[in-house]
Amino acid sequence: MKIIISILLCALLAYAVGIYGNLPWWSFVVTNLIVAIVVPQKSFHSFLIGFLSIGLLWGGLALAIDQGNHHILATKVATILPLKGSYISLIVLTSFVGALLGGLASLTGSFIKMK
Amino acid sequence: MRLLPFLASAIVTIGVVFVLNTQLTIGPTKSPKLGYFLSPQHGFWKNAENVNTNFDASIVAGELKGNVDVYLDDRLVPHIYADHDEDAYFVQGYLHAKYRLWQMDFQTRVASGRLSEIAGADKLSIDRFFRRLGMVYGAEQTEANINATNPVMKATVDAYTSGVNAYLKQLAPEDLPFEYKLMNYEPELWTPKKTYLFLMFMSYDLTGHSVAADLQLTNTRDFLSYDLFSKLYTNNQDSLDPIIPKGTVYQKPSIIPIKPVNADSTYLLHKSGVAYNLQTKFETSPEAPNKNNGSNNWALAGSKTKSGRPILCSDPHLGLNLPSLWYEVQITTPTHSTYGASFPGSPAVIIGFNDSLAWGVTNAGRDVLDYYELKFKDSTENEYWFNGEWKSVTKRKEVIKVKDSADVVEEIAMTHWGPAMYDAHYQNPQSKGRNLAVKWTAHNASTGVETFYQLNRAKNYDDYLHAISLWTCPGQNFVMATKSGDIAIKQQGSFVARWERQGDFIMPGQDSSYDWQGIIPNEENPIIKNPIRGFVSSANQKATDVTYPYYLGTATSFPLYRGISVNKHLINMSQITPQDMQSLQTNNYNVFAETARPALMRYLQTDKLSTDAKRMVEELTHWNLFNEEGSKGITVFKIIWDSVEQAVWSDELAGSDIPLTKPDAYVLLDQLLKDSNWSIADDIRTKDKIENFKDQVTLGVENATKKLLELEKENKLEWALFKATRVMHLTKIPALSRMNLPIGGGVNIINATTENHGPSWRMIVHMTDEIEAYGLYPGGQSGNPGSPYYDSFINYWAAGKYYHLLFLSKEKLIKNERTKWHIQFKTA
Repeated sequence: MKIIISILLCALLAYAVGIYGNLPWWSFVVTNLIVAIVVPQKSFHSFLIGFLSIGLLWGGLALAIDQGNHHILATKVATILPLKGSYISLIVLTSFVGALLGGLASLTGSFIKMK
Repeated sequence: MRLLPFLASAIVTIGVVFVLNTQLTIGPTKSPKLGYFLSPQHGFWKNAENVNTNFDASIVAGELKGNVDVYLDDRLVPHIYADHDEDAYFVQGYLHAKYRLWQMDFQTRVASGRLSEIAGADKLSIDRFFRRLGMVYGAEQTEANINATNPVMKATVDAYTSGVNAYLKQLAPEDLPFEYKLMNYEPELWTPKKTYLFLMFMSYDLTGHSVAADLQLTNTRDFLSYDLFSKLYTNNQDSLDPIIPKGTVYQKPSIIPIKPVNADSTYLLHKSGVAYNLQTKFETSPEAPNKNNGSNNWALAGSKTKSGRPILCSDPHLGLNLPSLWYEVQITTPTHSTYGASFPGSPAVIIGFNDSLAWGVTNAGRDVLDYYELKFKDSTENEYWFNGEWKSVTKRKEVIKVKDSADVVEEIAMTHWGPAMYDAHYQNPQSKGRNLAVKWTAHNASTGVETFYQLNRAKNYDDYLHAISLWTCPGQNFVMATKSGDIAIKQQGSFVARWERQGDFIMPGQDSSYDWQGIIPNEENPIIKNPIRGFVSSANQKATDVTYPYYLGTATSFPLYRGISVNKHLINMSQITPQDMQSLQTNNYNVFAETARPALMRYLQTDKLSTDAKRMVEELTHWNLFNEEGSKGITVFKIIWDSVEQAVWSDELAGSDIPLTKPDAYVLLDQLLKDSNWSIADDIRTKDKIENFKDQVTLGVENATKKLLELEKENKLEWALFKATRVMHLTKIPALSRMNLPIGGGVNIINATTENHGPSWRMIVHMTDEIEAYGLYPGGQSGNPGSPYYDSFINYWAAGKYYHLLFLSKEKLIKNERTKWHIQFKTA
């Protein structure tokens, strides 16, 4: 239960700091770190919380945007990047990049409270 | 706290943030900052526009004098209704920025030599080229002149500028256009100077062909000798059908340019640029503006149409790009109501119509840019020899900022002629070590923006004449038609009164005898109003026959056959409807091949051909002479013609270390038609044999067959597959472009669609009481590659279809079923 609450909290805070475009895109690193301090977890659990929270947030947002856009831009970007024009790969990549960094941030935070 | 794991984890986290926040170098390009780019709340995903986006909005702008209503129709065309003219231009600027910001910024960066600032040292040669050509200098002249003498235009451009900036100021970082995120830079505020830079770029695009052509023609002449040159690059175009019909009587010229007495020895027969010791490296110049940057336009009098009312057609042919050069708009204020295509970057409508008059333009193709060769006193380039003495230059400093590198400073010597573009510090393979100053009418202050402002408001022929009298550069053929029944076409611009061949080559710059001896007065420019034949037309051919008292420039600048085709069709048509004009604008008939095919067949020795070649000739003879999408005959014709040209010219042009100008197609065709023993046909490399056209045509067909068999194997014999027309994004990234479009047409065809060039705004206006207009351009109203409106017109364009343009009063437009959204602009 605590894990799920942490995931939701991380995702919510990451989304909230993401609304302000003037803040850097990696602001969720700070919020994940704070959540890991305030709601301490074992390191592996922390990593998982950070990984899933941002992975789901980024993946979910990308998926929703892409559906509304009928894959127009994702197909183009997936050709430039290059992901062979696969919008699905691009959503997975987006989700993974966010997840990886989210996980690392939470992991780092978890070591602060750990004895 | 577990310090070591914490530190390790923190370092990795910071490291990942750093890598994802850095542009990585991948081959010649740089990646976006990946973390930023992929972030769904910051990066490209924000540009993935919902296909059901509601564009309704309410905007408060303190700069406005009154409220403005904008209605967007189903194609995202804005219909602007304002109570004050300046408010309309404010809103036009705002909308241009909202839908085309990146493109406006990028195009003016190219024009002002500021690409390196965002793309790094890689683009330095392009920046140096435009700086040294005097693009910024020219824009400064125009800006200073308008600020000093033209309060109405200043207010117009200022209002437009504030509109662009009002959008920029409210733009949140996450809503930046896609390309900024991809290339990682930010827009800057708009300025009036950027508008003038953009118009300067159009001058370059439409008259800058000479920048490369004059050098190449000079080198070609030097290589061949003037005698041979004048045979291969003859100014005689036997089949010319000029814009002003043959037989028109011209008034006596007020300027009679005098050819310098020594012109033969020091200019025409002179070989220049041979004995230089080059220490500088060659720079790559940007690809020269396309010679076919041309267009078709025509207007029909009521006597030719079914309704009895004039019809005007305009169809500028330009590079095919995304986002498009054009943006459709309707502007309605108490002073005027106008619809048409506008340039993102400039106020008003550029090609369009109002409720009384329609107008369109084609390129005049006249030479308004010359090179003068300089002799500097020493390597400081502070003095040059002019009229028998050393004359001082002024130095113009152009600072080019380069991303991740030190600034590059261009010190350009400004001379009597203009900027010394090529000197010891800047050379390309064609300039061959010469010191060359550029003299160009675009360097002079321009009032061009007022021409469009006035045309938007023109009610009749006199208004039209007045509006275009303000036009200087690039020279254009302005066609017009009025509701009251007048049609006219005039070639207008600042045209140099030249003696024959003046400025076709680099000219001596050591005294004023080679200077321009005057600009032809406006009232002596070619014009025709309400001719008996019931139509006026132009397609970039020479404006007049040889009885016009001024030299028009080298014939290689003037495409010949499209004009013949337009006139041939129009002469034979009657009871014309707008639908007939749609078929004509998209007509694929090849009038060149109509003459060239039998000419080739006359010389072809079929019995000497291989079986494959015979099969190809069979394909050619069964071709219906239309450059249709699926036609194989045109591909066969093109490859054979090119191959015969190659057989005839390649010996004369062989052995040069730099590319030379290829003679125009009409030169060979005219000879094929009249002289089977033309001496040039001989391959001078074969000493023991004298070839004639029979040998060369047969050889050409045999050579062409090899290429055609390869194409057949690749399944690329069908015209559209061979031609592979594309509309390229300005960055040339294929994923953002539309490739391999199913469309016919080509060079010499009314539907002038080539590989990357073609009809850029097809417009047909029927001057009935309620104006009936059709049009489209190969793009879409949104510049955002993530929007369904980015390329929404392209399939329709390729298919030769048209949209019925909505040109209505506010009351009627609101009720129209195609009106979708409403943007309200409120004054504070």
